[in-house]
Amino acid sequence: MQSVIVNNLSKSYGKKKEIKAVKEISFEVSKGELFGIIGPDGAGKTSLFRMLTTLLLPDAGNAAVDGSDVVKNYKDIRKKVGYMPGRFSLYQDLSVEENLNFFATIFNTTVQHNYDLIKDIYVQIEPFKTRKAGKLSGGMKQKLALSCALIHRPVVLFLDEPTTGVDAVSRKEFWEMLKHLKQQGITILVSTPYMDEAGLCDRIGLMQQGKILSVGTPAEITGAFKETILGVKSNNMYQLLKDLNANDEVEDAYSFGEYHHTVMKPNFNKETLQQYLEQKGNKELVIQNTQPTVEDSFMQLMKQ
Amino acid sequence: MRTLRFLLQKEFRQIFRDKSILRVIFMMPAMQLLILPWAADYEVKNINLVVVDHDRSTYTQQLISKITASGYFRLDKYTASYKDAMHEIENDDADIILEIPASFEKDLVKESSANLFMAVNAINGAKAGLGASYLQSIIHDYNNGIRAQWIQLPRFNTETTVDVTYSNWFNPLMNYKFFMVPGILVMLVTMVGSFLAAMNIVKEKEIGTIEQINVTPVKKYHFILGKLIPFWILGLIILSIGLLIAYVAYGIIPAGSFFTIYVFAACYLLAVLGLGLLVSTYSNTQQQAMLFSFFLMMIFVLLSGLYTPISSMPQWAQYITKFNPVAYFIEVMRMVVLKGSSLSDISKNIFIVLGFAVVLNIWAVVSYRKRA
Repeated sequence: MQSVIVNNLSKSYGKKKEIKAVKEISFEVSKGELFGIIGPDGAGKTSLFRMLTTLLLPDAGNAAVDGSDVVKNYKDIRKKVGYMPGRFSLYQDLSVEENLNFFATIFNTTVQHNYDLIKDIYVQIEPFKTRKAGKLSGGMKQKLALSCALIHRPVVLFLDEPTTGVDAVSRKEFWEMLKHLKQQGITILVSTPYMDEAGLCDRIGLMQQGKILSVGTPAEITGAFKETILGVKSNNMYQLLKDLNANDEVEDAYSFGEYHHTVMKPNFNKETLQQYLEQKGNKELVIQNTQPTVEDSFMQLMKQ
Repeated sequence: MRTLRFLLQKEFRQIFRDKSILRVIFMMPAMQLLILPWAADYEVKNINLVVVDHDRSTYTQQLISKITASGYFRLDKYTASYKDAMHEIENDDADIILEIPASFEKDLVKESSANLFMAVNAINGAKAGLGASYLQSIIHDYNNGIRAQWIQLPRFNTETTVDVTYSNWFNPLMNYKFFMVPGILVMLVTMVGSFLAAMNIVKEKEIGTIEQINVTPVKKYHFILGKLIPFWILGLIILSIGLLIAYVAYGIIPAGSFFTIYVFAACYLLAVLGLGLLVSTYSNTQQQAMLFSFFLMMIFVLLSGLYTPISSMPQWAQYITKFNPVAYFIEVMRMVVLKGSSLSDISKNIFIVLGFAVVLNIWAVVSYRKRA
């Protein structure tokens, strides 16, 4: 059974609906899947999540979460989903414990009842349980928010940019927690602007300017990338990028970590490229074949 | 019901945790009620008077000492030049000039009539108007005194004179505090009821907690009641503190019953809470709510009849006061505290504020739905 079904969902803002945030999006998420919506800031991820969590009414299209329509049966959805907004939005003047108890009680349950689900996360913040939520560090706030979103044992969990502004270690820990939650059978939808997190999801949807460009497993998405990518580096990276983009055999070139990823046109010749670059005065040249990543796919899809 | 109980518990916990708000809630009525009634007094005192005396006679000395002995006037300058006196007015050191002509005593004795000139600094309207009339009545008194000295009045006055005596009903000593204190108390209850509630709701919007609540099964009416009930209770607590202060500090005991005041206040708070809810639905930040509240509060205070009687306002302003809930509460407070009115006397006001309550709350709930 599909846990989340989105069908031609659209949302526009502004008086004349001139700002189209989400444009006819369709995708499905299976039960127990960890689904990532990957896209840059302003792609429409938050609008999509807000519609799925019944906080925003769609202009057109429909969506169902765990079999309930987001417009007609919004009350049912509110009982069974957990939502963690991108911005910390718990009561800052209540303590960790009070926040957790409060959210447990308004869902008609108790912390004890679902303690096994949040135990791994909650033990990390338990030493600070009398501290006010506003006084916690960023990583701890996030753990508390996740605990509160999970306290009623939701069927589907929506996490809007949970790792934005969190340090690398905490990010890694956070993804570990998500994997663990997935084992409990909870469907998880997570949005993130970080491409490197895409590989940690079961399936991903690449989102850009209100549209889903592609949906699939990370392997499927990178597998769809047919062109060859070369990683090129030299002593003058800026000049190198200009030279690469000026070459006829190069489809696209962009900086990617320590190398410039260079997407080649079919029938290219590596030697010709090397000669061309040396001619242009690039020294300490390194050219190597590289496997495409999700980011490469994204760059390509974006330009189409 | 269970949900509502937890929402209320959370709300009270938050209110009692915010020490600065708590201080405002409990210190504000105490400070304002202890200080403002002494300052916001209609009686004009310390009117600075400049006397330009061209005569310098016994009579003028008598007149001046009578004026200064009244307690309302302070002799700022005694001079013989009008120019000097005008200078005082220009520097805002003096409020009234009293000019006594050179022939004052002579005229008074010979012709039985003399003229005085009064120039009033009208920059401060209330002070000028009241000062001038005080001065006139003192001079009038003085005039009568002289006449009594001179003429052996016949047993029956040959001249017809109308002498007016008066008594102040309901407030025999015309103690201003008796109508200022209940009025200020009304303001405080209004502020807590509407504006604190509005700010509280907007704060949830601003911090984003309202979103988190919205994705829970908490029903809208639960949320709204969870916000209104605490401030309804706080409003009544403020009223109780205020009435206690009114008794301890000013000895004001309502002539009517406390029950009448509380019944009205309970209805009134429903209306102002509705107003607060309405303000909160139209503002997205606490700043917006605050500015909007200030704007409303100014109108409420000035058009409430607290400082100036409503009946002396122009007709259009009187129409506006009909839509000012504060005006109804002030009227009720004065009726109950001074006159001892009962519930049946104020039933009209109760129905009007209940009408406000219904309209404002429905309006707020409808527009809240649209924006949610």
